[in-house]
Amino acid sequence: MNNPTSQAELVRRSLKRRYRKERRFRLYGMIAVAIALLSLLILFADIIQKGHTGFLKTTITLDVELDGELMYLTDPTDRDEMAMADFTAPILAALKAQFPDVEGRAAERELSRLVGTYAASDLRDLLRAEPGLLGTTQTLEFLAHDTVSVYVKHADNPRYTVRLSDQQKQWVDELQARGVIDTSFNDVLFQNGDSREPANAGILGAIVGSMLTMLVTLVLSFPVGVAAAIYLEEFAPRNRLTDFIEVNINNLAAVPSIIFGLLGLAVFIGAFGMPRSVPVVGGLVLALMTVPTIIISSRAAIKSVPPSIREAAEGIGASRMQVVLHHVLPLAMPGMLTGSIIVMAQALGETAPLLLIGMVAFIVDIPDGLFDAATVLPVQIYLWASSAEQGFIELASAGIMVLLTFMISMNALAIWLRKRLERRW
Amino acid sequence: MKLKTAIASLAVAGSLAALATPAMARDTISIVGSSPVYPFATVVAERFGRNTDFPTPKLESTGSGGGLKLFCEGVGTVHPDISNASRRMKKSEFDLCQSNCVKDITEIRIGADGIVIAHSKDAEKMDLSLGQIFLALAKEVPNPNGGNELVANPYKTWSEIDPSLPNIEISVMGPPPTSGTRDAFVEIAMEGGCKQFDAIARLEDEDEDRFKSVCHSMREDGPFIEAGENDNLIVQRLARDKDILGIFGYSFLMENSGQIQAVTIDGVEPTPENISAEDYPVARSLFFYVKKAHVGVVPGIEEYVAEFTSEGAWGDNGYLVDVGLIPNPRNERAEIAKRAKTLEPMTGNEL
Repeated sequence: MNNPTSQAELVRRSLKRRYRKERRFRLYGMIAVAIALLSLLILFADIIQKGHTGFLKTTITLDVELDGELMYLTDPTDRDEMAMADFTAPILAALKAQFPDVEGRAAERELSRLVGTYAASDLRDLLRAEPGLLGTTQTLEFLAHDTVSVYVKHADNPRYTVRLSDQQKQWVDELQARGVIDTSFNDVLFQNGDSREPANAGILGAIVGSMLTMLVTLVLSFPVGVAAAIYLEEFAPRNRLTDFIEVNINNLAAVPSIIFGLLGLAVFIGAFGMPRSVPVVGGLVLALMTVPTIIISSRAAIKSVPPSIREAAEGIGASRMQVVLHHVLPLAMPGMLTGSIIVMAQALGETAPLLLIGMVAFIVDIPDGLFDAATVLPVQIYLWASSAEQGFIELASAGIMVLLTFMISMNALAIWLRKRLERRW
Repeated sequence: MKLKTAIASLAVAGSLAALATPAMARDTISIVGSSPVYPFATVVAERFGRNTDFPTPKLESTGSGGGLKLFCEGVGTVHPDISNASRRMKKSEFDLCQSNCVKDITEIRIGADGIVIAHSKDAEKMDLSLGQIFLALAKEVPNPNGGNELVANPYKTWSEIDPSLPNIEISVMGPPPTSGTRDAFVEIAMEGGCKQFDAIARLEDEDEDRFKSVCHSMREDGPFIEAGENDNLIVQRLARDKDILGIFGYSFLMENSGQIQAVTIDGVEPTPENISAEDYPVARSLFFYVKKAHVGVVPGIEEYVAEFTSEGAWGDNGYLVDVGLIPNPRNERAEIAKRAKTLEPMTGNEL
């Protein structure tokens, strides 16, 4: 057994097996990475394939004669008259100019359904803003009806049902050939709040809501998290109490986010009487959720500052506070920022805690303050994904792309900050 | 030091934001409640916001029970003004309202919503009775070999239930228990079906709890698939697999009529006419409730109610029909609209 040759023989033989084992292990790793990449690719491909048409809008451009007689309107500044005026008539007249042989109420009704539901109220708003246009002929661009939009964009896609009559399809084909109906970049998506008409629905309200909420979260959780981390790491005495606090911060970071929503409902809305559905409450709840993680990542960043820096500062007579503020904190800042930005990106995607405080809501007006009813990006996607109208299928995917863009840019910012501020020893 | 001032100003701004007094008057109507009413109420709210000078009302989809609970919590602008419901207010909820000083509540029935069972257009059209639906989807059914005992559901294919039905596996996708559509389906279709069997109908008098649990329990051994709240996903599955049936609201059938068709129930097609005339059995009434104490405090409530109850909205040719509402019969509409105008309060005896 103790024969040296056989020992070497043994090693040589086992060596082959050990190399094989290592190759297998590497292969498993590569397969795991491939699966992760593949699922990411499938996810992106699916979302982009479904959602890219969401960035297109279908418009109908018409020469509309703003004839006062047709609208029963003499003075656009008179509120009562505006309320009684008929703004559908000039649009219908412009459509009939395209198809002069359309006769009868039923056919006219079908024809007028080619333009979006809110075309008439858009025309009214235009006249209200510029009363001088009455009596002139204007070339106006209207949003097409949802059904027309589905036909123009998805006529060959079996996932969609085209809800147009054969006559209407013929009209749309004709108008497309004449260039009256056209698709262009969907700027409405970035200008409007929510709407039940897919053509009028926009994501700006949700973007503003998300930003206001994130602002409150950042402003509250970052200073609190960093201050707590500095105290715990640099000043707190090591005893049972601080151990207890430390364990509980770790526990808090693992609490499911919906619990923070319940807490927010009970404390901020119930006890403090704050209104429902506002970014302040949303931001407070998300701040509660993010603080523990910011504390943990900031402590890790402080710990990673080499003791030599601290000792050198102490050696030339700096006070403890000077050591921390002048030397440790600037060096730990990149790590703290990276941690905080990643937690913020996570908070940006939260819906569960917001459900309970009323931010999952249909809100049309764009919020202009912290106390205005608002919703956030992931909630908007959820609301669209569960709507019956077909136009919302592509909008939901387009919304996901917008949300992903925000997330990716936040993560990119974290990487950039780290690269820029990081120091190596 | 720049960093320090930045952090300090962040902290100051944060505490300011947190301290700013939130107790302010609300000028936006706040509506909560049922998800089946949500698609109709949002359309009315959006039109109302566009066509008047009032801000667009804010709508939260909380479910009927959750909505009425919030609604009945009290008077004051922190509480909602209107609650939507896909069922009538319960006596217990009315009492809760009364005990929280929410005295005058106006009830408005806006119309009906059908629940359809549908499958792919490629499939052969099916007709089911409520009894057959119960046999296919219930957890416990009467023993097929006779006798009064209940056994775990043994049916695997439709043809086992009735030889006239196709010989394909039972596979039905439906909403989860948290959904209002599920509640209504269980209460109307399943309970309606289970009463057709003597063995179970007898239980209703003898042991009501047992009766409820037999009639309301969906099977959990595979043929009934709970499919999340997203009805669009059910529609997509149906379009791909012609052997699967799905349960959802009428508006999804209307919106996807190119890909899916409805199963007739007792020979009746779910058309607006049949649902409104109550010929189609699986339909529910939709309501909303208005808190009269808030009229005049929060601007626009009366005008919102007037918009909802106008012929242009809930009438036979109104815009709500385009999104799938089944209107009330005309004479009933006139009567409800009259009550809506005066916001006539409920007495509690009608429940």
